[in-house]
Amino acid sequence: MTDTTNTDEQDPAQAEEGAIMRFMRATELDTRLLGMVAALLLIWVGFHFFGYFKNGFAAFLTPRNLWNLSVQTSSIGIMATGMVLVIVTRHIDLSVGSVLGFSAIVMGVLQVNILPEYLGLGHPLIWIIAVIAGILVGALVGSLHGFLIAYGGIPAFIVTLGGLLVWRGMAFLIARGETISPVDSTFALLGGGPYGAIGAVGSWIVGLGACAIIIFLAWRGRANRRLHGFKLRPMWAEYFMTGLACAVAIGATLLVNSYPWPKGIVRRYAAANDITVPEGGLFISHGFAIPVLILLAVGVLMTILMTRTRFGRYVFAIGGNPEAAKLAGINTEWMTVKIFALMGGLAGLSAVVASARLGSATNALGTLDELYVIAAAVIGGTSLSGGIGTIYGAILGALVMQSLQTGMVLIGFDAAMQQVVVGTVLVLAVYLDNKYRGATK
Amino acid sequence: MSRAENGTPLVDIRNLSISFGGIKAVDNASIDLYPGEVVGLLGHNGAGKSTLIKILAGAYQADSGEIWINGEKAEINSPRDARDYNIETIYQTLALADNLDAASNLFLGREITNAYGMVDDARMEAETRKIMARLNPNFKKLKDPVSALSGGQRQSVAIARAVYFDAKIVIMDEPTAALGVHETQMVADLIGELKKQGLGIFLISHDTREMMELCDRVSVMKNGRMIGTERVEDVTEDDILSMIILGKNPRDQAA
Ligand SMILES: Nc1ncnc2c1ncn2[C@@H]1O[C@H](COP(=O)(O)OP(=O)(O)OP(=O)(O)O)[C@@H](O)[C@H]1O
Ligand SMILES: [Mg+2]
Repeated sequence: MTDTTNTDEQDPAQAEEGAIMRFMRATELDTRLLGMVAALLLIWVGFHFFGYFKNGFAAFLTPRNLWNLSVQTSSIGIMATGMVLVIVTRHIDLSVGSVLGFSAIVMGVLQVNILPEYLGLGHPLIWIIAVIAGILVGALVGSLHGFLIAYGGIPAFIVTLGGLLVWRGMAFLIARGETISPVDSTFALLGGGPYGAIGAVGSWIVGLGACAIIIFLAWRGRANRRLHGFKLRPMWAEYFMTGLACAVAIGATLLVNSYPWPKGIVRRYAAANDITVPEGGLFISHGFAIPVLILLAVGVLMTILMTRTRFGRYVFAIGGNPEAAKLAGINTEWMTVKIFALMGGLAGLSAVVASARLGSATNALGTLDELYVIAAAVIGGTSLSGGIGTIYGAILGALVMQSLQTGMVLIGFDAAMQQVVVGTVLVLAVYLDNKYRGATK
Repeated sequence: MSRAENGTPLVDIRNLSISFGGIKAVDNASIDLYPGEVVGLLGHNGAGKSTLIKILAGAYQADSGEIWINGEKAEINSPRDARDYNIETIYQTLALADNLDAASNLFLGREITNAYGMVDDARMEAETRKIMARLNPNFKKLKDPVSALSGGQRQSVAIARAVYFDAKIVIMDEPTAALGVHETQMVADLIGELKKQGLGIFLISHDTREMMELCDRVSVMKNGRMIGTERVEDVTEDDILSMIILGKNPRDQAA
């Protein structure tokens, strides 16, 4: 009798696979990425037409709404990238919302009450010092959490649950519950708004630059595969994937450039710069908002960290098998400290974006954010049992969460209904994900 | 009563003890290993075999006792230290990260990086292909997480780690326990090859016959204590079995 069970390399099913499977294999497209993009488009189109039929106007798929959506996603998205590392290593961080609030208050006090006294109001160093301080405060708080978890042997759930209360309370104590405003005018640009966006020309530079990088990476990837004698993707698949990625970059650029400044701001801007506004009004594009660019930069850097560095490799190894990681000589305790410090630093960066957008710092800033951040990471495919997760998934997850939120506001759902929907979607997403994972095993 | 051997031992473990809570898992155990030699460790479940070699591998720290390597006292406080002494270990529990592929596991903790300090996955995959072609030509699933591999395939990843990094001392804790006949033979051939290259190997197994074939000497442990060490040509399988069961060396009484 011949052994047929061991010949999985020449599986007959492979020969019979359909065109779709062949396409997926050739392009090496991630099915769960496709699923998320499909879900996102469904949400967008759904809200668009729901608004159209219910309220008589479709407001979702407009440059204005999508631009705002991108800005609103930034804060949660930035933190979600860090939460991926935390969850991949089988931990959790419930404190990020409070750390955000604490960090924002520290930055607020620094730039409103302390720095102007020494440097003078509006000094160009103020926003830089504030940003650095905010990120540093977050990172220090995070490393304290990490230290307690790794060396104190206290579960992350407990440490960060304590942190959730402690840092929210500290934020209140520092400002005695007052709202601190206004933030430094340069600092405020980091939160977006007409002035906090880079305009049409800047956006084209970003969009086309992204395209150039995408093409370069595709070319280098292919060269690298050839160098090591690995199987190459078919050429059409390379063109398709590179083309698709470039199309997304250019599409996004066109979108943000088609959202003009409001008339009032154009008038004020024109008056301030001695420009005469022509008859039909002046079309000044927003372009990419600065917080969105911050999120993109964080996303790229975190992706490099997770996929191209030893640090990222160890994060996954610890998540897959902490014992094996330790036996391979990885200092798992120190890794935990670093991961929580990174998470805290990102919460600090998120505090920059959130308080800049608000134009002030309040001790309630970031309340409940931890739940949205965790939900974003989990919807984005980060497995709570550890070892699995992607940065782009978490950012897409944040976009899904924010799209739901925004969409429901647009069609007039009240806050209670929003909570019901978001909660249900989270549970459903994890259920579907489990089923999907079971099916592809 | 140890026999005269030529030169300094590769590994000389002297009077190691370790306890967990109240249990003396290893109790004043001594054992040595010479280049090109295979020393087998036998004993009941819970005899302390894995614990003893885990101390040598840096996974546990002994409460007392010394380890000498190449005639010099060695400080092994972590798996990294053990690695610096060219000690490679294939653990009974197959210490692999299930979610990573074969190459990532093979190079875990010792990734190849490029000029910018980034991990060079393509090169690691190419190296993995090369070594796997030597060790287990049937191994094809290089891109899959190792959770998708069979026990034997996982075993060959663990073994490849020891071979690739030019170990001088290899510890194998029940390397054939999960394997079929074919893969077991593969491991036996590999042990022979490593021996020829002058490596020292500690081998743990419950299969007495296999041990008589593969080892130069066998040691028997019971309740953390070293009962005795004998050259395989001096004893019969029955002698070994009675040492394991009775916990004393029949030759001691004869003498
Ligand atoms: N990390 C630990 N914590 C507590 N007790 C331990 C630990 N590791 C081992 N022991 C105990 O030490 C003793 C020796 O265990 P060990 O794993 O060395 O046995 P073994 O000889 O390898 O057995 P087997 O043949 O089943 O693998 C056992 O009683 C075990 O319960
Ligand atoms: Mg054992």
